[in-house]
Amino acid sequence: MHPAPSVIIFTTLSGAGFGLLFWLGLGLPAVSGWVALAFYALACGLAGGGLMASTFHLGHPERAWKALRQWRSSWLSREGVCSVAALLVMAVHGAGLVFFDTRLAVLGWLGAALALGTVFTTSMIYAQLTSVPRWRTPLTPALFLGVALGGGALLAGQVTAAMVLLALAALVQVAWWRRGDVALATSGSDLASATGLGRIGAVRSFAPPHTGTNYLLREMVHEVGRKHAARLRVIALALGYALPVVLLALPFSHALAALAVLAHLAGIAAARWLFFAEAEHVVGLYYGRR
Amino acid sequence: MTTLPDTTTRKLGLVIDLDTCVGCHACVIACKGWNTENYGAPLSDEDPYGAAPSGTFLNRVHSYEVTPDAGAAQLVHFPKSCLHCDNAPCVTVCPTGASYKRVEDGIVLVNESDCIGCGLCAWACPYGAREMDAAEGVMKKCTLCVDRIHNENLPEEDRVPACVRTCPAGARHFGDLGDPTSAVSLLVKERGGMDLMPEQGTKPVNKYLPPRPRDRLDEVDVLAPLLAPVADEPGGFLGWLDRALERL
Repeated sequence: MHPAPSVIIFTTLSGAGFGLLFWLGLGLPAVSGWVALAFYALACGLAGGGLMASTFHLGHPERAWKALRQWRSSWLSREGVCSVAALLVMAVHGAGLVFFDTRLAVLGWLGAALALGTVFTTSMIYAQLTSVPRWRTPLTPALFLGVALGGGALLAGQVTAAMVLLALAALVQVAWWRRGDVALATSGSDLASATGLGRIGAVRSFAPPHTGTNYLLREMVHEVGRKHAARLRVIALALGYALPVVLLALPFSHALAALAVLAHLAGIAAARWLFFAEAEHVVGLYYGRR
Repeated sequence: MTTLPDTTTRKLGLVIDLDTCVGCHACVIACKGWNTENYGAPLSDEDPYGAAPSGTFLNRVHSYEVTPDAGAAQLVHFPKSCLHCDNAPCVTVCPTGASYKRVEDGIVLVNESDCIGCGLCAWACPYGAREMDAAEGVMKKCTLCVDRIHNENLPEEDRVPACVRTCPAGARHFGDLGDPTSAVSLLVKERGGMDLMPEQGTKPVNKYLPPRPRDRLDEVDVLAPLLAPVADEPGGFLGWLDRALERL
Protein backbone atom coordinates (compact mmCIF):
# COMPACT_ATOMS: atom_id res chain seq x y z
CA MET A 1 0.00 0.00 0.00
CA HIS A 2 1.11 3.54 -0.68
CA PRO A 3 2.63 5.04 2.48
CA ALA A 4 0.98 8.46 2.14
CA PRO A 5 2.66 11.00 4.47
CA SER A 6 -0.74 12.40 5.48
CA VAL A 7 -1.92 9.03 6.80
CA ILE A 8 1.38 8.24 8.52
CA ILE A 9 1.37 11.65 10.25
CA PHE A 10 -2.29 11.20 11.15
CA THR A 11 -2.05 7.75 12.72
CA THR A 12 1.20 8.60 14.57
CA LEU A 13 0.21 11.98 16.02
CA SER A 14 -3.46 11.36 16.66
CA GLY A 15 -2.67 7.96 18.18
CA ALA A 16 -0.42 9.67 20.71
CA GLY A 17 -2.92 12.53 21.17
CA PHE A 18 -5.90 10.27 21.85
CA GLY A 19 -3.67 8.13 24.10
CA LEU A 20 -2.86 11.25 26.14
CA LEU A 21 -6.56 12.22 26.23
CA PHE A 22 -7.31 8.75 27.65
CA TRP A 23 -4.96 9.30 30.61
CA LEU A 24 -6.16 12.89 31.12
CA GLY A 25 -9.75 11.64 31.17
CA LEU A 26 -8.81 9.26 33.99
CA GLY A 27 -7.33 12.20 35.91
CA LEU A 28 -3.76 10.98 35.48
CA PRO A 29 -1.96 13.25 36.07
CA ALA A 30 -4.37 15.28 38.24
CA VAL A 31 -3.74 18.73 36.78
CA SER A 32 -5.55 22.06 36.85
CA GLY A 33 -5.04 25.67 35.74
CA TRP A 34 -2.12 26.48 33.47
CA VAL A 35 -0.60 23.01 33.67
CA ALA A 36 -3.94 21.50 32.59
CA LEU A 37 -4.12 24.00 29.74
CA ALA A 38 -0.69 22.89 28.51
CA PHE A 39 -1.61 19.18 28.69
CA TYR A 40 -4.99 19.64 26.98
CA ALA A 41 -3.56 21.91 24.30
CA LEU A 42 -0.90 19.30 23.53
CA ALA A 43 -3.40 16.43 23.47
CA CYS A 44 -6.01 18.22 21.37
CA GLY A 45 -3.28 19.62 19.11
CA LEU A 46 -1.88 16.16 18.39
CA ALA A 47 -5.28 14.48 18.03
CA GLY A 48 -6.93 17.33 16.10
CA GLY A 49 -3.81 18.07 14.03
CA GLY A 50 -3.60 14.43 13.05
CA LEU A 51 -7.24 14.47 12.01
CA MET A 52 -6.64 17.58 9.91
CA ALA A 53 -3.66 15.90 8.23
CA SER A 54 -5.84 12.92 7.35
CA THR A 55 -8.18 15.14 5.32
CA PHE A 56 -5.26 16.24 3.09
CA HIS A 57 -5.42 13.02 1.07
CA LEU A 58 -9.15 13.35 0.34
CA GLY A 59 -10.25 14.16 -3.19
CA HIS A 60 -12.94 16.47 -1.77
CA PRO A 61 -12.00 17.66 1.76
CA GLU A 62 -14.92 20.15 1.73
CA ARG A 63 -17.33 17.21 1.87
CA ALA A 64 -15.53 15.53 4.79
CA TRP A 65 -18.48 16.21 7.14
CA LYS A 66 -20.53 13.74 5.10
CA ALA A 67 -18.28 10.98 6.45
CA LEU A 68 -20.07 11.20 9.81
CA ARG A 69 -23.26 9.72 8.33
CA GLN A 70 -22.65 5.98 7.86
CA TRP A 71 -21.58 4.94 11.36
CA ARG A 72 -23.94 1.94 11.21
CA SER A 73 -21.85 0.18 8.59
CA SER A 74 -18.51 1.97 8.08
CA TRP A 75 -15.50 1.88 10.43
CA LEU A 76 -14.18 5.07 8.83
CA SER A 77 -17.43 6.83 9.66
CA ARG A 78 -17.36 5.45 13.22
CA GLU A 79 -13.82 6.80 13.57
CA GLY A 80 -15.05 10.25 12.52
CA VAL A 81 -17.95 10.19 14.98
CA CYS A 82 -15.78 8.86 17.85
CA SER A 83 -13.02 11.39 17.28
CA VAL A 84 -15.35 14.41 17.17
CA ALA A 85 -17.21 13.17 20.27
CA ALA A 86 -13.95 12.49 22.15
CA LEU A 87 -12.56 15.94 21.33
CA LEU A 88 -15.81 17.71 22.34
CA VAL A 89 -16.22 15.80 25.61
CA MET A 90 -12.57 16.22 26.55
CA ALA A 91 -12.69 19.93 25.66
CA VAL A 92 -15.50 20.40 28.22
CA HIS A 93 -13.60 18.24 30.74
CA GLY A 94 -10.46 20.27 30.15
CA ALA A 95 -12.32 23.59 30.40
CA GLY A 96 -13.59 22.53 33.85
CA LEU A 97 -10.03 21.87 35.02
CA VAL A 98 -8.45 24.93 33.42
CA PHE A 99 -11.03 27.59 34.26
CA PHE A 100 -12.96 26.27 37.28
CA ASP A 101 -10.45 23.91 38.91
CA THR A 102 -13.23 21.30 38.85
CA ARG A 103 -12.85 17.74 37.64
CA LEU A 104 -16.03 16.37 36.04
CA ALA A 105 -15.05 12.76 36.66
CA VAL A 106 -17.87 11.03 34.76
CA LEU A 107 -17.26 13.24 31.74
CA GLY A 108 -13.57 12.37 32.01
CA TRP A 109 -14.28 8.63 31.97
CA LEU A 110 -16.62 9.05 29.01
CA GLY A 111 -13.93 11.06 27.20
CA ALA A 112 -11.30 8.40 27.99
CA ALA A 113 -13.57 5.68 26.56
CA LEU A 114 -14.25 7.74 23.44
CA ALA A 115 -10.52 8.43 22.98
CA LEU A 116 -9.72 4.73 23.13
CA GLY A 117 -12.72 4.07 20.89
CA THR A 118 -11.25 6.43 18.30
CA VAL A 119 -7.96 4.52 18.25
CA PHE A 120 -9.84 1.22 18.02
CA THR A 121 -12.04 2.41 15.13
CA THR A 122 -8.93 3.70 13.31
CA SER A 123 -7.31 0.28 13.63
CA MET A 124 -10.48 -1.47 12.42
CA ILE A 125 -10.42 0.53 9.17
CA TYR A 126 -7.32 -1.52 8.35
CA ALA A 127 -8.12 -4.75 10.21
CA GLN A 128 -11.45 -5.15 8.35
CA LEU A 129 -9.86 -5.39 4.89
CA THR A 130 -9.76 -8.98 3.61
CA SER A 131 -8.01 -7.59 0.54
CA VAL A 132 -4.89 -6.77 2.61
CA PRO A 133 -4.02 -10.01 4.45
CA ARG A 134 -1.22 -8.42 6.49
CA TRP A 135 -3.72 -6.07 8.18
CA ARG A 136 -6.58 -8.49 8.67
CA THR A 137 -5.88 -9.71 12.21
CA PRO A 138 -6.98 -8.87 15.78
CA LEU A 139 -3.29 -8.03 16.35
CA THR A 140 -3.83 -4.81 14.37
CA PRO A 141 -6.23 -3.23 16.93
CA ALA A 142 -4.05 -4.66 19.71
CA LEU A 143 -1.01 -2.93 18.20
CA PHE A 144 -2.74 0.43 17.69
CA LEU A 145 -4.25 0.40 21.20
CA GLY A 146 -0.95 -0.69 22.77
CA VAL A 147 1.02 2.06 21.04
CA ALA A 148 -1.61 4.72 21.86
CA LEU A 149 -1.84 3.69 25.54
CA GLY A 150 1.95 3.46 25.91
CA GLY A 151 2.64 6.69 24.02
CA GLY A 152 -0.19 8.43 25.91
CA ALA A 153 1.24 7.32 29.25
CA LEU A 154 4.64 8.61 28.13
CA LEU A 155 3.15 12.02 27.32
CA ALA A 156 1.09 12.02 30.52
CA GLY A 157 4.19 11.37 32.64
CA GLN A 158 2.90 8.03 33.90
CA VAL A 159 6.37 6.53 34.10
CA THR A 160 5.62 3.02 35.34
CA ALA A 161 2.58 2.56 33.11
CA ALA A 162 4.52 3.86 30.10
CA MET A 163 7.41 1.43 30.66
CA VAL A 164 5.09 -1.57 31.03
CA LEU A 165 2.76 -0.63 28.18
CA LEU A 166 5.56 0.23 25.74
CA ALA A 167 7.26 -3.10 26.47
CA LEU A 168 3.98 -4.92 25.85
CA ALA A 169 3.36 -2.90 22.68
CA ALA A 170 6.83 -3.87 21.44
CA LEU A 171 5.95 -7.55 21.89
CA VAL A 172 2.70 -7.08 19.94
CA GLN A 173 4.64 -5.20 17.25
CA VAL A 174 7.09 -8.09 16.80
CA ALA A 175 4.24 -10.63 16.77
CA TRP A 176 2.40 -8.48 14.22
CA TRP A 177 5.46 -8.38 11.93
CA ARG A 178 6.07 -12.13 12.23
CA ARG A 179 2.46 -12.96 11.35
CA GLY A 180 2.38 -10.34 8.62
CA ASP A 181 5.38 -11.80 6.80
CA VAL A 182 3.42 -14.99 5.99
CA ALA A 183 -0.06 -13.43 5.83
CA LEU A 184 -0.34 -13.18 2.05
CA ALA A 185 1.05 -16.66 1.45
CA THR A 186 -1.43 -18.20 3.92
CA SER A 187 -4.41 -16.08 2.84
CA GLY A 188 -5.47 -18.52 0.11
CA SER A 189 -5.36 -15.78 -2.54
CA ASP A 190 -2.83 -16.14 -5.33
CA LEU A 191 -2.70 -15.61 -9.08
CA ALA A 192 -4.35 -19.02 -9.59
CA SER A 193 -7.43 -18.09 -7.52
CA ALA A 194 -7.43 -14.49 -8.78
CA THR A 195 -7.74 -15.62 -12.40
CA GLY A 196 -9.47 -18.97 -11.81
CA LEU A 197 -6.94 -20.40 -14.27
CA GLY A 198 -5.02 -22.41 -11.68
CA ARG A 199 -7.06 -25.51 -12.48
CA ILE A 200 -5.50 -25.59 -15.97
CA GLY A 201 -1.87 -25.10 -15.00
CA ALA A 202 0.73 -22.69 -13.67
CA VAL A 203 -0.35 -19.08 -14.27
CA ARG A 204 2.07 -16.27 -15.10
CA SER A 205 1.36 -12.65 -15.93
CA PHE A 206 2.29 -12.39 -19.60
CA ALA A 207 1.39 -8.78 -20.39
CA PRO A 208 -0.10 -6.07 -18.16
CA PRO A 209 -3.22 -4.24 -19.39
CA HIS A 210 -1.38 -0.94 -19.73
CA THR A 211 2.17 0.08 -20.56
CA GLY A 212 2.33 2.91 -18.02
CA THR A 213 1.36 2.99 -14.39
CA ASN A 214 -2.11 3.62 -12.99
CA TYR A 215 -4.03 4.44 -9.80
CA LEU A 216 -4.10 0.80 -8.69
CA LEU A 217 -0.34 0.36 -8.93
CA ARG A 218 0.45 3.73 -7.38
CA GLU A 219 -1.97 3.24 -4.50
CA MET A 220 -1.85 -0.47 -3.76
CA VAL A 221 1.29 -2.05 -5.23
CA HIS A 222 3.99 0.08 -3.63
CA GLU A 223 6.99 -2.23 -3.75
CA VAL A 224 9.65 0.49 -3.63
CA GLY A 225 8.81 1.45 -0.04
CA ARG A 226 9.89 -1.97 1.24
CA LYS A 227 13.53 -1.56 0.24
CA HIS A 228 14.85 -0.80 3.73
CA ALA A 229 12.25 -2.79 5.65
CA ALA A 230 14.65 -4.77 7.84
CA ARG A 231 16.63 -1.67 8.80
CA LEU A 232 13.46 0.35 9.47
CA ARG A 233 12.14 -2.39 11.77
CA VAL A 234 15.25 -2.12 13.92
CA ILE A 235 14.97 1.68 13.95
CA ALA A 236 11.26 1.48 14.86
CA LEU A 237 11.88 -0.96 17.72
CA ALA A 238 14.87 0.99 19.05
CA LEU A 239 13.42 4.51 18.84
CA GLY A 240 9.75 3.78 19.33
CA TYR A 241 9.88 1.33 22.19
CA ALA A 242 13.35 0.55 23.64
CA LEU A 243 14.90 4.02 23.93
CA PRO A 244 11.86 5.60 25.69
CA VAL A 245 11.82 2.76 28.26
CA VAL A 246 15.55 3.18 28.90
CA LEU A 247 15.22 6.97 29.21
CA LEU A 248 12.29 6.59 31.64
CA ALA A 249 14.35 4.20 33.76
CA LEU A 250 17.01 6.92 34.26
CA PRO A 251 16.52 9.56 37.03
CA PHE A 252 13.71 11.86 35.85
CA SER A 253 14.46 15.09 34.02
CA HIS A 254 12.27 17.07 31.65
CA ALA A 255 14.94 17.00 28.96
CA LEU A 256 15.16 13.20 29.01
CA ALA A 257 11.34 12.91 29.03
CA ALA A 258 11.11 15.21 26.00
CA LEU A 259 13.78 13.13 24.26
CA ALA A 260 11.82 9.96 25.07
CA VAL A 261 8.67 11.46 23.53
CA LEU A 262 10.49 12.56 20.36
CA ALA A 263 12.20 9.17 20.00
CA HIS A 264 8.88 7.40 20.50
CA LEU A 265 7.07 9.49 17.86
CA ALA A 266 9.93 9.05 15.35
CA GLY A 267 10.02 5.28 15.95
CA ILE A 268 6.25 4.92 15.63
CA ALA A 269 6.33 6.98 12.41
CA ALA A 270 8.90 4.50 11.02
CA ALA A 271 6.70 1.59 12.10
CA ARG A 272 3.68 3.20 10.43
CA TRP A 273 5.63 3.71 7.21
CA LEU A 274 6.24 -0.05 7.21
CA PHE A 275 2.62 -0.69 8.19
CA PHE A 276 1.60 0.73 4.81
CA ALA A 277 4.66 0.09 2.63
CA GLU A 278 4.91 -3.61 3.51
CA ALA A 279 1.17 -4.32 3.23
CA GLU A 280 0.40 -6.33 0.11
CA HIS A 281 -2.99 -5.76 -1.56
CA VAL A 282 -4.26 -8.81 -3.44
CA VAL A 283 -4.87 -6.70 -6.56
CA GLY A 284 -1.08 -6.84 -7.04
CA LEU A 285 -1.51 -10.54 -7.85
CA TYR A 286 -3.27 -9.61 -11.11
CA TYR A 287 -0.10 -7.77 -12.11
CA GLY A 288 2.18 -10.60 -11.01
CA ARG A 289 3.45 -8.34 -8.25
CA ARG A 290 2.99 -8.02 -4.51
CA MET B 1 -27.10 3.87 3.12
CA THR B 2 -23.99 1.80 2.71
CA THR B 3 -25.45 -1.35 4.21
CA LEU B 4 -25.99 -3.97 1.53
CA PRO B 5 -29.51 -5.07 0.53
CA ASP B 6 -30.37 -8.60 1.74
CA THR B 7 -31.49 -9.57 -1.75
CA THR B 8 -31.80 -7.79 -5.07
CA THR B 9 -34.73 -8.23 -7.43
CA ARG B 10 -32.42 -8.92 -10.34
CA LYS B 11 -28.69 -9.56 -10.57
CA LEU B 12 -27.58 -7.84 -13.73
CA GLY B 13 -24.02 -8.66 -14.65
CA LEU B 14 -21.55 -9.87 -17.23
CA VAL B 15 -20.38 -13.29 -18.27
CA ILE B 16 -16.91 -13.18 -19.82
CA ASP B 17 -15.76 -16.02 -22.02
CA LEU B 18 -12.00 -16.50 -21.57
CA ASP B 19 -12.07 -19.08 -24.36
CA THR B 20 -13.31 -16.57 -26.91
CA CYS B 21 -11.64 -13.31 -25.87
CA VAL B 22 -8.95 -12.38 -28.39
CA GLY B 23 -7.41 -9.61 -26.29
CA CYS B 24 -8.16 -6.78 -28.73
CA HIS B 25 -8.98 -4.25 -25.95
CA ALA B 26 -11.98 -2.93 -27.92
CA CYS B 27 -14.11 -3.25 -24.76
CA VAL B 28 -11.60 -1.06 -22.91
CA ILE B 29 -11.88 1.67 -25.51
CA ALA B 30 -15.68 1.41 -25.87
CA CYS B 31 -16.01 1.66 -22.08
CA LYS B 32 -13.72 4.65 -21.85
CA GLY B 33 -15.52 6.37 -24.71
CA TRP B 34 -19.05 5.88 -23.41
CA ASN B 35 -18.26 6.63 -19.79
CA THR B 36 -16.26 9.74 -20.62
CA GLU B 37 -19.06 11.26 -22.67
CA ASN B 38 -22.07 10.24 -20.58
CA TYR B 39 -23.03 9.65 -16.92
CA GLY B 40 -20.80 11.15 -14.22
CA ALA B 41 -17.40 12.79 -14.27
CA PRO B 42 -15.34 12.03 -17.40
CA LEU B 43 -12.55 9.46 -17.20
CA SER B 44 -9.51 11.71 -17.29
CA ASP B 45 -6.02 11.10 -18.63
CA GLU B 46 -2.89 12.65 -17.17
CA ASP B 47 0.01 13.43 -19.45
CA PRO B 48 -1.63 11.46 -22.30
CA TYR B 49 0.92 12.50 -24.94
CA GLY B 50 3.89 12.88 -22.60
CA ALA B 51 6.52 10.59 -21.17
CA ALA B 52 4.38 9.04 -18.43
CA PRO B 53 0.78 8.66 -19.61
CA SER B 54 -1.74 7.45 -17.04
CA GLY B 55 -5.51 7.49 -16.93
CA THR B 56 -8.72 6.25 -15.41
CA PHE B 57 -10.25 3.11 -16.90
CA LEU B 58 -13.18 1.02 -15.68
CA ASN B 59 -12.21 -2.06 -17.64
CA ARG B 60 -8.73 -3.44 -18.28
CA VAL B 61 -7.51 -6.52 -20.15
CA HIS B 62 -4.69 -8.57 -18.64
CA SER B 63 -2.95 -11.40 -20.50
CA TYR B 64 -1.80 -14.56 -18.75
CA GLU B 65 0.31 -17.50 -19.80
CA VAL B 66 -1.00 -20.81 -18.44
CA THR B 67 1.28 -23.84 -18.59
CA PRO B 68 -0.38 -27.20 -17.95
CA ASP B 69 1.54 -30.16 -16.51
CA ALA B 70 1.70 -31.70 -19.98
CA GLY B 71 1.30 -29.95 -23.30
CA ALA B 72 1.90 -26.50 -24.64
CA ALA B 73 1.43 -23.25 -22.75
CA GLN B 74 -1.59 -21.19 -23.74
CA LEU B 75 -2.28 -17.48 -23.66
CA VAL B 76 -5.47 -16.30 -21.95
CA HIS B 77 -6.71 -12.73 -22.35
CA PHE B 78 -8.49 -11.63 -19.24
CA PRO B 79 -10.82 -8.59 -19.20
CA LYS B 80 -11.44 -7.32 -15.66
CA SER B 81 -14.01 -4.81 -14.44
CA CYS B 82 -16.38 -4.46 -11.47
CA LEU B 83 -18.01 -7.80 -10.63
CA HIS B 84 -21.02 -6.14 -8.91
CA CYS B 85 -20.56 -8.45 -5.92
CA ASP B 86 -23.52 -9.53 -3.79
CA ASN B 87 -21.34 -9.09 -0.73
CA ALA B 88 -19.54 -5.99 -1.99
CA PRO B 89 -16.87 -4.91 0.55
CA CYS B 90 -16.47 -1.58 -1.26
CA VAL B 91 -20.02 -0.55 -0.31
CA THR B 92 -19.97 -1.22 3.43
CA VAL B 93 -16.67 0.62 4.03
CA CYS B 94 -17.96 3.88 2.49
CA PRO B 95 -18.24 6.53 5.23
CA THR B 96 -20.59 8.87 3.35
CA GLY B 97 -23.14 6.58 1.73
CA ALA B 98 -21.85 7.52 -1.75
CA SER B 99 -21.34 3.83 -2.62
CA TYR B 100 -24.44 1.71 -2.82
CA LYS B 101 -25.87 -1.46 -4.35
CA ARG B 102 -29.22 -1.08 -6.08
CA VAL B 103 -32.06 -3.28 -4.88
CA GLU B 104 -33.80 -3.31 -8.26
CA ASP B 105 -30.94 -4.69 -10.38
CA GLY B 106 -27.95 -5.29 -8.09
CA ILE B 107 -25.70 -2.73 -9.79
CA VAL B 108 -23.03 -1.19 -7.52
CA LEU B 109 -22.82 2.56 -8.11
CA VAL B 110 -21.14 5.68 -6.72
CA ASN B 111 -23.06 8.88 -6.09
CA GLU B 112 -20.29 11.25 -7.13
CA SER B 113 -21.71 14.30 -5.35
CA ASP B 114 -21.38 12.46 -2.01
CA CYS B 115 -17.94 10.92 -2.68
CA ILE B 116 -15.17 12.55 -0.61
CA GLY B 117 -12.44 10.71 -2.51
CA CYS B 118 -11.00 8.89 0.54
CA GLY B 119 -10.15 5.83 -1.56
CA LEU B 120 -11.14 3.28 1.11
CA CYS B 121 -13.56 1.49 -1.26
CA ALA B 122 -10.73 0.94 -3.75
CA TRP B 123 -8.66 -0.54 -0.91
CA ALA B 124 -11.54 -2.83 0.06
CA CYS B 125 -12.00 -4.20 -3.49
CA PRO B 126 -9.74 -7.24 -4.05
CA TYR B 127 -10.16 -6.98 -7.84
CA GLY B 128 -8.91 -3.44 -8.48
CA ALA B 129 -12.27 -2.52 -9.99
CA ARG B 130 -12.34 1.02 -8.64
CA GLU B 131 -10.05 3.83 -9.70
CA MET B 132 -9.89 7.33 -8.28
CA ASP B 133 -10.07 9.96 -11.01
CA ALA B 134 -7.04 12.21 -10.60
CA ALA B 135 -8.77 15.23 -12.15
CA GLU B 136 -12.14 15.00 -10.38
CA GLY B 137 -11.03 13.51 -7.04
CA VAL B 138 -13.96 11.08 -6.98
CA MET B 139 -14.09 7.30 -7.25
CA LYS B 140 -14.97 5.86 -10.66
CA LYS B 141 -16.19 2.35 -11.33
CA CYS B 142 -18.13 0.30 -13.87
CA THR B 143 -21.80 1.31 -13.85
CA LEU B 144 -22.74 -1.63 -16.07
CA CYS B 145 -23.63 1.25 -18.43
CA VAL B 146 -26.68 2.01 -16.31
CA ASP B 147 -27.38 4.90 -18.68
CA ARG B 148 -27.56 2.52 -21.68
CA ILE B 149 -29.24 -0.64 -20.41
CA HIS B 150 -32.40 1.11 -19.17
CA ASN B 151 -32.32 3.89 -21.80
CA GLU B 152 -35.41 3.82 -24.00
CA ASN B 153 -34.00 6.55 -26.24
CA LEU B 154 -31.56 4.00 -27.63
CA PRO B 155 -32.44 1.30 -30.17
CA GLU B 156 -33.07 -1.96 -28.37
CA GLU B 157 -29.88 -3.65 -29.59
CA ASP B 158 -27.86 -0.86 -27.98
CA ARG B 159 -29.38 -1.36 -24.52
CA VAL B 160 -26.43 -3.41 -23.32
CA PRO B 161 -23.14 -2.24 -21.77
CA ALA B 162 -20.79 -0.58 -24.26
CA CYS B 163 -18.17 -3.32 -23.77
CA VAL B 164 -20.69 -6.03 -24.67
CA ARG B 165 -22.02 -4.09 -27.66
CA THR B 166 -18.57 -3.60 -29.12
CA CYS B 167 -16.93 -7.00 -28.50
CA PRO B 168 -16.09 -8.34 -31.99
CA ALA B 169 -15.49 -11.88 -30.68
CA GLY B 170 -18.76 -12.26 -28.78
CA ALA B 171 -16.79 -12.95 -25.63
CA ARG B 172 -18.94 -10.74 -23.38
CA HIS B 173 -22.51 -11.53 -22.40
CA PHE B 174 -24.93 -9.37 -20.40
CA GLY B 175 -28.04 -10.48 -18.53
CA ASP B 176 -29.78 -11.34 -15.29
CA LEU B 177 -27.67 -13.85 -13.35
CA GLY B 178 -30.33 -14.03 -10.64
CA ASP B 179 -32.75 -15.70 -13.08
CA PRO B 180 -31.72 -19.37 -13.48
CA THR B 181 -33.49 -19.55 -16.87
CA SER B 182 -31.77 -16.53 -18.44
CA ALA B 183 -29.37 -17.06 -21.35
CA VAL B 184 -26.39 -15.98 -19.25
CA SER B 185 -27.31 -18.30 -16.37
CA LEU B 186 -27.65 -21.25 -18.78
CA LEU B 187 -24.29 -20.34 -20.33
CA VAL B 188 -22.65 -20.27 -16.90
CA LYS B 189 -24.17 -23.64 -16.06
CA GLU B 190 -23.14 -25.24 -19.33
CA ARG B 191 -19.58 -23.94 -19.35
CA GLY B 192 -18.78 -24.16 -15.64
CA GLY B 193 -18.66 -20.41 -15.03
CA MET B 194 -16.46 -19.45 -12.09
CA ASP B 195 -15.97 -16.73 -9.48
CA LEU B 196 -12.72 -14.81 -9.14
CA MET B 197 -11.05 -15.12 -5.71
CA PRO B 198 -14.02 -16.91 -4.08
CA GLU B 199 -11.97 -17.11 -0.87
CA GLN B 200 -12.41 -13.36 -0.42
CA GLY B 201 -16.10 -13.92 0.30
CA THR B 202 -17.31 -11.20 -2.05
CA LYS B 203 -19.83 -13.39 -3.93
CA PRO B 204 -19.30 -11.79 -7.34
CA VAL B 205 -22.27 -11.60 -9.74
CA ASN B 206 -20.07 -11.53 -12.87
CA LYS B 207 -18.86 -14.95 -13.96
CA TYR B 208 -15.89 -16.08 -16.04
CA LEU B 209 -16.08 -19.01 -18.43
CA PRO B 210 -12.81 -20.98 -18.32
CA PRO B 211 -10.97 -21.76 -21.57
CA ARG B 212 -12.15 -25.07 -23.02
CA PRO B 213 -9.61 -27.93 -23.30
CA ARG B 214 -7.54 -27.65 -26.47
CA ASP B 215 -7.86 -30.27 -29.23
CA ARG B 216 -5.34 -33.07 -28.80
CA LEU B 217 -3.11 -34.00 -31.73
CA ASP B 218 -1.98 -37.33 -30.26
CA GLU B 219 -3.27 -39.20 -33.34
CA VAL B 220 -3.22 -37.35 -36.63
CA ASP B 221 -4.95 -40.08 -38.59
CA VAL B 222 -5.76 -43.75 -38.05
CA LEU B 223 -3.73 -44.57 -41.19
CA ALA B 224 -0.69 -42.57 -40.06
CA PRO B 225 1.23 -45.57 -38.62
CA LEU B 226 0.91 -47.32 -42.02
CA LEU B 227 2.45 -44.47 -43.98
CA ALA B 228 6.10 -44.50 -44.99
CA PRO B 229 8.22 -42.71 -42.37
CA VAL B 230 9.20 -39.19 -43.20
CA ALA B 231 12.89 -38.96 -44.01
CA ASP B 232 14.67 -37.45 -41.02
CA GLU B 233 18.06 -37.34 -42.75
CA PRO B 234 18.60 -34.09 -44.62
CA GLY B 235 19.20 -34.44 -48.34
CA GLY B 236 20.70 -32.26 -51.09
CA PHE B 237 23.09 -29.47 -50.13
CA LEU B 238 22.16 -29.64 -46.43
CA GLY B 239 22.76 -33.40 -46.52
CA TRP B 240 26.22 -32.91 -48.06
CA LEU B 241 27.01 -30.19 -45.49
CA ASP B 242 25.84 -32.46 -42.68
CA ARG B 243 28.05 -35.33 -43.88
CA ALA B 244 31.00 -33.04 -44.55
CA LEU B 245 30.86 -31.52 -41.08
CA GLU B 246 30.54 -34.91 -39.45
CA ARG B 247 33.66 -36.14 -41.27
CA LEU B 248 35.74 -33.30 -39.87
